[in-house]
Amino acid sequence: MSVLVYTENWDGKFKKLTFELISYANEIAKKLNVDVTALSIGDVSDEELQKLGKYGAKKVLSVKDARLKNLENNAYTSIVSKAVVTENASVIVLSNNYTGKALAPRLSVRLKAGLASGVVELPSNIEPFVIKKKLFSGKAFANVCVKTPLKVLTLFQNSFEIKISDNNLSIQNLSVEINDSDIKTSILDVNKQTNKLLLTDADIVVSGGRGMKGPENWWAIEELATLLDAATACSRPVSDEGWRTHEEHTGQTGKVIAPNLYIACGISGAIQHIAGVSSSKCIVAINKDPEAPIFEVADYGIVGDVMTVLPELINSVKEFKNSI
Amino acid sequence: MIKILVCISNVPDTTTKIKFTNNNKTLDNTGTQWIINPWDELALTRAIEMKEAAPGAVQSVTVAHVGLADSEPTIRKALAMGADDAIRVNATANDSYSVAVQLSEVVKNNSFDIILCGIESSDYNNSTVGGMLSEILGIPSVSSVSNVTLEGDQVKLKREIDGGFETISVSNPFVAIVQKGIAKEPRIPSMRGIMSARTKTLQVLEGIQTEELVEYVDFVLPSAKSSCKKIDPENVKELINLLHNEAKVI
Ligand SMILES: Cc1cc2nc3c(=O)[nH]c(=O)nc-3n(C[C@H](O)[C@H](O)[C@H](O)COP(=O)(O)OP(=O)(O)OC[C@H]3O[C@@H](n4cnc5c(N)ncnc54)[C@H](O)[C@@H]3O)c2cc1C
Ligand SMILES: Nc1ncnc2c1ncn2[C@@H]1O[C@H](COP(=O)(O)O)[C@@H](O)[C@H]1O
Repeated sequence: MSVLVYTENWDGKFKKLTFELISYANEIAKKLNVDVTALSIGDVSDEELQKLGKYGAKKVLSVKDARLKNLENNAYTSIVSKAVVTENASVIVLSNNYTGKALAPRLSVRLKAGLASGVVELPSNIEPFVIKKKLFSGKAFANVCVKTPLKVLTLFQNSFEIKISDNNLSIQNLSVEINDSDIKTSILDVNKQTNKLLLTDADIVVSGGRGMKGPENWWAIEELATLLDAATACSRPVSDEGWRTHEEHTGQTGKVIAPNLYIACGISGAIQHIAGVSSSKCIVAINKDPEAPIFEVADYGIVGDVMTVLPELINSVKEFKNSI
Repeated sequence: MIKILVCISNVPDTTTKIKFTNNNKTLDNTGTQWIINPWDELALTRAIEMKEAAPGAVQSVTVAHVGLADSEPTIRKALAMGADDAIRVNATANDSYSVAVQLSEVVKNNSFDIILCGIESSDYNNSTVGGMLSEILGIPSVSSVSNVTLEGDQVKLKREIDGGFETISVSNPFVAIVQKGIAKEPRIPSMRGIMSARTKTLQVLEGIQTEELVEYVDFVLPSAKSSCKKIDPENVKELINLLHNEAKVI
């Protein structure tokens, strides 16, 4: 028996999210008294695969097939299903990101395995299997009972502490016969930036709302973000106005993020905006209106004008960085 | 000719205050305003736009919902927005798998070519029904889709990935699981739309027997956040100090 983790790679590399996932799976495996097997699809070096052992993986199954460089839901589902069988897995763990959301439901049906998506904790009970998941974009949680012998979980990002747990890792190649007919979609074009810090990966996010008044003032958001190694985000009206791109908009209809620090500048804190950022560990709000709802969810607040507070903040961060 | 199906879920308005009853075992829906799930509303908007842009290529836009009669106002709203007809499968939507099974019957009996689902329901945030439906039907699924275009009988999808986009081609039938970007703004029903919605077909089908793979045990509210610590705008340095020494986030 085992806990199987699907470990996605980004151009051959793993991320913090991967290690969070393995750490999480390792704790479940301990409860079940079984081992963690990681499954990697794509071209990942042995050196990179070895890293998974540090967080508790016992074995890595690696599938290298040039046709599977990009996510193909049907073919990937076949591969994960095969790994579930060879490893006799009782729990499959994926991240609740684009890829996890694409694969988990297909796996659930193909393997007749109940799916709990967006889980935020370890199962509170194993038999029956009960686990806590997010609802209403973080406004509530539910305890869900997964009734099938095999379970599929997608873990909400940044909800589990990474734990080092050195293991001797063995790497095996898994061969899965993938026919061209299993590949149902074809990718005509890929357009992505590889060097930019992704909003969903960033530990710190600096975000601007309509209170920033216009794109000409965004240099302050960007400068602060650069100083803090942060990604930039915005509220929906800001991207609707075209001040920033849509990929930056967070909230109910935008991206859901969970950084350690979220700095909201000139954002009122509408419920739909908060839906995307309420899982942040720490929220700082800068707003000139002391009654703005953002202060109800913020940990630290400055009631003031962003036009004067942001330059001050930039200077303070510079001083702080020089002092350490 | 292409037949489009848009699966719509009925959710509490996004500003609803969340409450529970029955020992936290049930959501308290007293006074709740129900709406079309925001992504489904955008998906439907895009489907209608496609039909308007290529009336010779798109035959019809149908909406399907799995739920009881009390969700009919939401379905009527979808008809008022411009869907041609609607199907309601009369069954309680307790678990995503059972919903997907019911929807798969609808697809099988009507041979739709393009099936649009939203990325998630804004209440349970599951992101599961679309993927499950495609797997039950054994057809391709493409998720996080932010654009669907028809070029003759070829369909092109734009899928968001970490850090960018992919352009994908897929042959019919398929399920596209759509997210923001798919349409700019949800279409507002016109007065004519509202009038004609009353006479459009809303077919009610009885659900089939199906199993549920998960069960909601009870609900919990997040623990109250400690109140916001205010920092004097004249003393911004103090914020840095607190973030470093107290919150330990920088
Ligand atoms: C179905 C639906 C989905 C939605 N989804 C999203 C979503 O995903 N994300 C999202 O963000 N919104 C979303 N919205 C919109 C949301 O309701 C709000 O309208 C939006 O978040 C407000 O953006 P804002 O805070 O930038 O602007 P505003 O509400 O206009 O707030 C601007 C704030 O800046 C402050 N301010 C002004 N000038 C200054 C200054 N000089 N210095 C300091 N502070 C200043 C003001 O006091 C105010 O609080 C959605 C709405 C609906 C109906
Ligand atoms: N009861 C339902 N009836 C019809 N479609 C649904 C229903 N529930 C969910 N869906 C569809 O599945 C999508 C994802 O929902 P969910 O998996 O519940 O997060 C929604 O955006 C709808 O397109």
